[in-house]
This record gives sequence, structure tokens and C-alpha cells, in this order.
Amino acid sequence: MLSRNRAAYAFLAPYLLIFVTFWLWPIINSLLISFQNTRVNPWRFSLSANWGRLFGDPAFYNALYNTLIILVIQVPVMIALATVMAVLLNSPLLKARPLYRFAFFAPVVVGEVAYAAVFRLMFSADFGIINKLITSVGLSPVSWFDNANAAMALVIIAITWRWAGYNAIILLAGLQSIPDDVYEAATLDRVSKFQQFVHITLPLLKPIISFCVVLSVIGTMQLFTEPFLITNRGGPGGGTETLGLLLYRQGFTSLNFGYASAIAYTIAGLAVAISLLNLMLGGEKK
Amino acid sequence: MKSKSRSLLVQKIALHLVLTPLAIVWLFPLWMMFVFSTMPDHGIFSPEIVLWPSGEFAANFRNLQADTNFIRAMFISITVAIIYTALSVMLTSMAGWALARYRFAGRTMVVAIILGTITLPFAVVVIPQFIMVAREFKLANTWIALIVPPLFNSLGVLFMRQAFSMMPGELFDAARVEGVREWRIFLHIALPLARPTMAALAIILFLSSWNNYLWPLLINSRPNMMTAPVALGTLIGLTRVSWGGIMVGAVLLTAPVLVVFVFLQRHFIAGISAGAVK
Repeated sequence: MLSRNRAAYAFLAPYLLIFVTFWLWPIINSLLISFQNTRVNPWRFSLSANWGRLFGDPAFYNALYNTLIILVIQVPVMIALATVMAVLLNSPLLKARPLYRFAFFAPVVVGEVAYAAVFRLMFSADFGIINKLITSVGLSPVSWFDNANAAMALVIIAITWRWAGYNAIILLAGLQSIPDDVYEAATLDRVSKFQQFVHITLPLLKPIISFCVVLSVIGTMQLFTEPFLITNRGGPGGGTETLGLLLYRQGFTSLNFGYASAIAYTIAGLAVAISLLNLMLGGEKK
Repeated sequence: MKSKSRSLLVQKIALHLVLTPLAIVWLFPLWMMFVFSTMPDHGIFSPEIVLWPSGEFAANFRNLQADTNFIRAMFISITVAIIYTALSVMLTSMAGWALARYRFAGRTMVVAIILGTITLPFAVVVIPQFIMVAREFKLANTWIALIVPPLFNSLGVLFMRQAFSMMPGELFDAARVEGVREWRIFLHIALPLARPTMAALAIILFLSSWNNYLWPLLINSRPNMMTAPVALGTLIGLTRVSWGGIMVGAVLLTAPVLVVFVFLQRHFIAGISAGAVK
């Protein structure tokens, strides 16, 4: 028995070494660094240098506001869209299913930089294909990069394109785990398709929707690449600056590691809090 | 009966009427990525609406290669993704095996810590990781910096633990009675049985390494050690740059994974949905 335990530790040790070095210890260390004034050499303990500054920093509130706006608008829109995609893809009446699946799931494998480049070009103000299409139907072009609201909308559109299919995959797996006889019984009782969706599908799907929301919240809280590359470093004038971008600027442009760590812990704290809240609300009405 | 089949037909038409425009909108950016990659820059920035490819892909590729050494960057990305995937599958399989099949002191604690921290955003550790790798280990702009730190990812441990714990224990006990050593049981009995899980895991890990942006951007900023997404990212936002070239880069980053996705869709989907539906 003892030798078997030794084998277990041997199997576990290599991974555990990496896990502790590059994940567990940095989680703790990040909190420690957030209490250091890193703008002096050597670093000194300080409560006010980072945490004190954070709560009075207009740049932080701007980034927090932008992040929450994206969260509040984008996550519900995307999850609703993903649910529609999943339900329709699951319909036995659908022809050419592989083609539709490809259309919605393909963005899942596309890298952030590649799709950011395409969106930037498509939405370019003067000769972007989107503005050309908008003006060709007689509307006036949108300055996607100079108007803060339009830039926010662009970020939201881009993330929704990239992630709706991902959530649809998860929701589709959930749909397929609902037994067919539930629907058969409802159909015999002449319950309409829409009623079936509201009273059978949605309640059974609720835990999975909840899971999708948690994943999306975590993703949105640290949103970085889209405002960095598509709307040009959070432009116009900080109009799309997110917490993830603020963390990047403080950490790697200003090299103020202490302040960046405080922002990082705020991101994590908010992600955990919102996720727990969602799980509590989701689990309440079981 | 007839009215029922007619209502089915109406439903069927309505379904396709909703889904087809949505699918076209969803495919549009990918299609335009391809179209842009074949257009000369003066065509991309002309007032006409062009929705069909032209023949400038090769010229655009030369422009891209002139703007940044993209061939080198692709080579780094491919090599890193392969080595990372192999190492990560190996490490997490071993750990998953230990956590699934042995009872030892600290086991529940390890599982609890992994589960408790798996949903934390990467943002939490990015600063200390950077300080450690770049300043303490002095490993910025190296292969190790690209490959080793991301190995902390614990998704594989949970995947593999699940796969191993569903296998019948008698199988391994019988081998032990025969005197087979533990590592041979793992290597020759357990691992072959876990092949489908390993395939799904490998695909997800490869993709995450191939598309990884933030960490390579921070740690390997020297041009000759950039990964392909980082190299391409440096061009976005420059004023004098070939946009046709950038689009060629985007196609080269996207096409391989799209092909893999088409052929291994089942594994992809298994990998993505595994976390949600137990």
C-alpha cells in the first residue's frame, strides 16, 4: 500500500510543481504585490499606494463602467441568441445541418487577433464594407471608431460573433440530454412548440444557461484583446477601455505592478461575486 | 392528417427562413477575411463593394513577409502548440490518473484547490507570472517562456480524472495481482482506454496554444521570438502597413484550425461541452 502511495505522488508531482509555481503561488503573490508600493525601489508595504488610489481613480471607474455596460448588454443578448441557435439547430426538420453548424461554430476556433483584424477592416469608417452596405441602403455611415457609443457597439458585436456559437455548442449538448418522450407527451396534449419551449425546454436548460452566463462573465471581466486591437487601445479616448485593458496599461506600459495587481484582484473579485450571485439566483427556484 | 403535414411544412420553411440569414451573417466575416486576403490594398480601400476574391494572395503574402517575419512566427507558433499539447496531455493525464485511482493523504485537498481556482481569470496571475518568468528566471523571449507557464491549465486534470475514474477497477487490480508495475498499468492499460478523452483534450489544448495572445504578447516581444498572433497583432493599427498582407496572416492563422475543426468536429464539441453536461 505504501509503495502504491509513492506511485501516486510520483504521478502527481510533475503537474503539481507547475500548478503551484505558475498558478497557485502567483494567485497569492498577486494579492501580496497589490499591497506593495512598486513605484519605489525597493518595494514597500503600503495600503494607500494601490488600493487607496483605486477607489479614487477616474480611469478605474471609467473602465469598470465600460466593462459592466458590455457585461449587461452583451451577455444576455449573446446567451439569448445562442439559445435560439441551439434550439433551431436541434430541430429534426432542419436540412443541411452540417452547413449551419459550421456557420455558427466556426468562429469558436478563430483566433482573437485574426478576427480582430477582419472586424477592424470591415467596420473601417471610410471604406469599410459595413459602412458601404449601410450607405447603399440610404442610411448615413457610422463612425465606428470615433464615436464612443458606436465603438462600444462594435466591441459588443464582435464578441457576440465570436462567442455565440461556443455557447450554442454547450446549450445544444444540454438540449440533447433532454429525453424525447417529454416533448412527445406535450405534443399529444396539443401543447404548441412555443409553449413547449417556454415551459419544458427553458426550465430544463436553466442550469446550463447559468453555466454559460458564469463563463461569459469571467470572460467579459478580463476582456482585453477586442478593445486593444479592434477599437485601438480602448479608443476613442478611453471610450472602450475595459478593466483588462487598464490592467495591461498599468502593468505593462507604466510598469506599475502593484496597482495592476490591485486591478487584477478587483477583476477576479467581481467575476467571482457575479458568478456566485448568478448561481444563487439560478439555484433558488429549483 | 393533411393539415398536420402542411403545418410541418410551414414550420420547416419558417425554420430555414430564420436560420439562413443568420448563418450568412455569421459566415460573412470569415468570407470577407478570405476576400480581403486576395485583394490589392487600393481595392480594399476603394468605394466599391467587393464581395468576390481577386488574385493578389501571393503578392499580399510577400507584403506581409516584408512587414514582419511571418514564416518564422508561424514556425514558432506551430512548434510551441505541438510541444505544449504533448506536454500538457502527458502531465495532466498522470495527475488525473493519480487523483482518480489512488487514495493518498492530500488527495481531496488537491482536487478542492483545482476545482476552487479553475474559474479564476488568468488576469489574476498575469503580473506575478510575468515578474517571475521575465525578471527572476530571466526567461523572456525564450521557447520555455512560451511553453512552460501555460502548462498550469488544470482543465486536463479534471478531464482525465473523470475518464480514469469511470474505468472498471478490476482491470487494474488483476494486473497488480500479476505483478505488473504501476507505471506500466498506467501506460499500457489505462492510457489506451482513455484515448478518446485524450483526443478531445489535445484538440482543445492545441487550439488554446495556437490562439493564445496575451501571454506571448507580454513575455516574447522581441520580433524574432514572436508567435504568429503576436506578430500579426503588432501590424494592426500601424499606418503604413499592407492590409491585404494582414488579411493573409489572418487566413493563415485561421484556415488550418478551420480544416481541423471540420474533420474533428465531434472531438471539438465533446471537449467544449464536457464541462457543462456531466
